[in-house]
Amino acid sequence: MSALSEEIKSKIRDHFSRYPSKQAVTLPALHMVQEKHGFVSNEAMKEIAELLELSPAQIFDTMSFYGFFRDEKHPLGKKRVWICRSISCSLRGAEDVLREACERLHIAPGETTSDGAMTIEYAECLGACDGAPCMLINDELKERISVEDVLAEGNATHV
Amino acid sequence: MSSDYQPVLLGRVGRPNSQSIDTYLADGGYNGLRKALAMKPSEVIDVVANSDLRGRGGAGFHCGSKWRFLPKDVKGPIYLCINGDESEPGTFNNRVIIEQDPHQILEGIVIACYATGASAAYFYLRYEYGRCYRTLEKAIEEMYAKNYLGKNILGTGFSLDIHLHRGACAYICGEETGLIESLEGKRAWPRIKPPFPAIEGAFKRPTVVNNVETLACVTQILDRGVDWFKSIGIPKDPSNPRDVGSYGPKLYCVSGHVNKPGLFELPLGITARDLIDKHAGGVWKGRQAKAVVPGGISMGFLSASELDTPLDFAGPGKVGCLGLGTAAVIVIDDQTSIVDVLYNACRFFAHESCGQCTPCREGTSWSMKILKRIRDGQGKLSDLETLENISTSMGIMPGTTICGLADGAAWPIKNALKKFRPEFEEYIKSGRKTEMREVVGAH
Repeated sequence: MSALSEEIKSKIRDHFSRYPSKQAVTLPALHMVQEKHGFVSNEAMKEIAELLELSPAQIFDTMSFYGFFRDEKHPLGKKRVWICRSISCSLRGAEDVLREACERLHIAPGETTSDGAMTIEYAECLGACDGAPCMLINDELKERISVEDVLAEGNATHV
Repeated sequence: MSSDYQPVLLGRVGRPNSQSIDTYLADGGYNGLRKALAMKPSEVIDVVANSDLRGRGGAGFHCGSKWRFLPKDVKGPIYLCINGDESEPGTFNNRVIIEQDPHQILEGIVIACYATGASAAYFYLRYEYGRCYRTLEKAIEEMYAKNYLGKNILGTGFSLDIHLHRGACAYICGEETGLIESLEGKRAWPRIKPPFPAIEGAFKRPTVVNNVETLACVTQILDRGVDWFKSIGIPKDPSNPRDVGSYGPKLYCVSGHVNKPGLFELPLGITARDLIDKHAGGVWKGRQAKAVVPGGISMGFLSASELDTPLDFAGPGKVGCLGLGTAAVIVIDDQTSIVDVLYNACRFFAHESCGQCTPCREGTSWSMKILKRIRDGQGKLSDLETLENISTSMGIMPGTTICGLADGAAWPIKNALKKFRPEFEEYIKSGRKTEMREVVGAH
């Protein structure tokens, strides 16, 4: 069975006309696959490579450069919660929010809660320094957050 | 003057439906484009060059000169890349103007493409700006529907497409050739220059890369004129023939330990002190500022005695900072340890170094580790010499790296050690540990 649905394959092909090279569709294709599945499997990488007329190693080379993309051994939870730890957020308590959230959920940054509800990550500057400390839920920004705000994202019952 | 200044770039921010093309047109939007399309492309370049607009993304390069670097009589396509990878810690002005007034930027893009002869624009937007992405998607659709994009724009024979391209959370994509590599589907390793992008950029074609705020300025310069732009800011220094001045408005981002963090549009050249006290409500909790970042963390630090420094393109450099950068001002109060602040900066650069050049990959990582050790109460006074050594060995300036990320990583170290050395020495001698506990583990 194919790792990529026909729908995704046709969406990837639709991007070809935007760029002078097929390789430029690498990031858009990886985004599509990760958005749908929460990770990019080795099989999906091969199929992207085939569509883009590249070697799977080229897809992996690009994918592995961006810490953003997850391979099949590190799938994301239902929600991805990024807590900013850069200077402006750090000055306003972000490190405490990140640490306490991880402690109360019994996970380290980058890991997913046991119920699969959310993955917590640290982020470098999210570009919302006037609303520090801040976080992203997938790609939606939330400002002036507390630990409770983070835990509420997973409807966490953990204490 | 600054207190009377009426915002222009932020003029529409916060108004109802400010994102829609209908309200934009009702407010006189696309007037700059109409004026541009009535001129020859070379005349539009002249207008922008005569305004002495300097790039707002960090390097402050003269925008008109950048456009003129494109070769004459190019056969085949020219591209414009829009740098919307705003990732410098403390910086958020692009996010606000894209979310609130996307057409102001899109208008600047069409003007820039008409002037430079670009047939396609790639808007490289950092992934984190999800709302910006959705706002731009909608705004671009509106433009096609009203023929501000597509074939034969407004009947002038000029055609253009804008493509949105999302990044994947990497600071280095803000470096213009890193951005181009990333756009092409590769790891974002900056290129050795020359060739500069104007000669060989995206897809091996002549390319201009402009920042979002720069393009907003282009829109306003075409609409309001060169004289308006040059009536704002700091004029050229007549004693320095290489100075091109600091003209126009600037979006100053203020964050950290102030009562009212926010985005303030002011004439270039306001002092850090006025920005903090008159606009950002002063330092919080009745405290004093210990240090102030003048333009994003890579620019280094102003000490408390340097707060009267004008934040124009020349000011921060005169007190040892790297430059104006993104004009992101981060205020650090007198209860904060400079060791913690520098650790945070070094951790950022260790995380974001792309790994291509050894001095940067190793230098950023070791400076973080050394500061971690100092914070753990295990520091030695000789660590300060090592840090100094690292900070003077990596970067374009010592000639050891391909791009300026390493210079930006070095600058906070240099400034902190020079301006706050007694605090580092006291910290190390005391053997105490940080009060800012960090989460354990990493992804």
